[in-house]
Amino acid sequence: MYGNHDTETALVPDEGDSERQAEFDALIADDQRIEPRDWMPDAYRRTLIRQVAQHAHSEIIGMQPEGNWITRAPSLRRKAILIAKVQDEGGHGLYLYSACETLGVDREDLLDRLHGGRQKYSSIFNYPALTWADVGAIGWLVDGAAIMNQVALCRCSYGPYARAMIRICKEESFHQRQGFEILHTLAHGTPAQKEMAQDAVNRFWAPALMMFGPPDDASPHSAQSMAWGIKRFSNDELRQRFVDMSVPQAEVLGLSLPDPDLRWNDERGHYDSGELDWDEFARVISGDGPCNAQRMSRRIRAHEDGAWVREAAQAYAAKQAARTLEVAAS
Amino acid sequence: MSPPAVTSALSIAALPATAKYALALGDDALILGQRLGEWIADAPQLEEDLALANISLDLIGQARILLSYAGELEGAGHTEDDLAFWRDDNQFRNVHLVEQPNGDFAVTMARQLVFASYQYELYRALQDSGDEALAALAGKAFKEVSYHREHARTWVVRLGDGTEESHRRMQAGLEAVWPGVPELFEPDEVSLSLPSVAADPAGLEPHWARFVDGVLAEATLTRPTPRWRSRGGRSGLHTEHLGHLLAPMQHLHRSHPGASW
Repeated sequence: MYGNHDTETALVPDEGDSERQAEFDALIADDQRIEPRDWMPDAYRRTLIRQVAQHAHSEIIGMQPEGNWITRAPSLRRKAILIAKVQDEGGHGLYLYSACETLGVDREDLLDRLHGGRQKYSSIFNYPALTWADVGAIGWLVDGAAIMNQVALCRCSYGPYARAMIRICKEESFHQRQGFEILHTLAHGTPAQKEMAQDAVNRFWAPALMMFGPPDDASPHSAQSMAWGIKRFSNDELRQRFVDMSVPQAEVLGLSLPDPDLRWNDERGHYDSGELDWDEFARVISGDGPCNAQRMSRRIRAHEDGAWVREAAQAYAAKQAARTLEVAAS
Repeated sequence: MSPPAVTSALSIAALPATAKYALALGDDALILGQRLGEWIADAPQLEEDLALANISLDLIGQARILLSYAGELEGAGHTEDDLAFWRDDNQFRNVHLVEQPNGDFAVTMARQLVFASYQYELYRALQDSGDEALAALAGKAFKEVSYHREHARTWVVRLGDGTEESHRRMQAGLEAVWPGVPELFEPDEVSLSLPSVAADPAGLEPHWARFVDGVLAEATLTRPTPRWRSRGGRSGLHTEHLGHLLAPMQHLHRSHPGASW
């Protein structure tokens, strides 16, 4: 899962090695991949570290709202699917931290940046998962929006990130289907189940649309990321595609989308939709969302509570290495 | 809507012996799977979130097969979900060990070492069961629990022989779970009545002890000698913890009787 927005200050490409810069520019222009051992401008590296780390953080924070329903899943089959799904999200976090490490940072340092508030995660996870239907809505809408972003990232100019995305997209499409199936079952179930499904869609629709980031005219460094081939489509383009895809799916579900302005526009060949509340978006990103404090404190607590375990593993590894040396010396 | 009529008619006492046996093994797997699911997103490192989720998933998978089989043998139309969600705590047949709260990572790893090593011997023996369904399940589950046992072994050794703090916590974890050990190997009526189907619990202990004692020695830990032991799980007498585990697990399912999910 992941949003398209990022929130740190735009970076300006550095001056410097003009010959290697020219080679880099030629690779980008030729739509080739940049690999870890290739030279790359510092600003490109920093932008990628920020984006890939934010993506990795989103995966691990995203384990919380859904993990919240593991102990309460309403059938054993649903429990098993949900555990597998949350496990996949953790696995995505692992590949992405590894992809980020190829840029010369380590996971421990990235986690410190997350815990210190210097790096963000997708703002969608600052909304609560209140009912079982929210697990369905997160799968259908949040993973659906994530896929829209991530399919585009499979062609990202940075090789390790693009390859991680290809693998992740396969699993995310399974996640989206399971979310759709949960909502479909609820929407065709008892009146209480249908109400639960509609309520979840009502709460997740707008936040899911905001996952594509601010409107293009207010997206500070989209242009540079597009020029570098990190980003292939604009926020508004992806958002439009997502709306166009979701409307017929909602009809199949028998659920409505909470937007009175949503209607087909023959001229544009797309659905028109209402204005999103960008003040809310800014507010939630800046820390004033319903679950920001809860998500971070849980993450930090897990990390701190586990410190003695990680230290023990290191101490044991060091002892083992020393023992191997002793044996070799004797 | 009212609760499914068949469910209220469940009588554990009236079940065929093999169904009772499958239910006991299934309950062990279900309750520990539920417990381990509580760790997800709270583990000491991401790799352990994944490992504990994976173990939990394996156990839930075993539970689904065993509970479905118990329902099938009963022949009254009870599904895995009827058995998981509509029984009260005194109708569960799991050992006390698996219902104990997770504690810190050391307590969880101590419980994992004890229980995965037990399941390893159990499923190894059950592969030769005269009951084909149980033998087939054991063949699949044996591979899973071999990994669970190795995962626990690795951590118990690292923590026991890691830092002073981890050694202290690991020893305390063993002390916390050890009163639950004898119940695993206690001969019970159900398994005694099924000599060609069930594994003899007492017969599993020597193999279990050889492995576990080896791990404790490598980990520089001491085998606890607790002053009390748990008893009663196999006959439906549980600790206070089980009710707290079942309440969130069963709440949503029971709130919508007859609904499909």
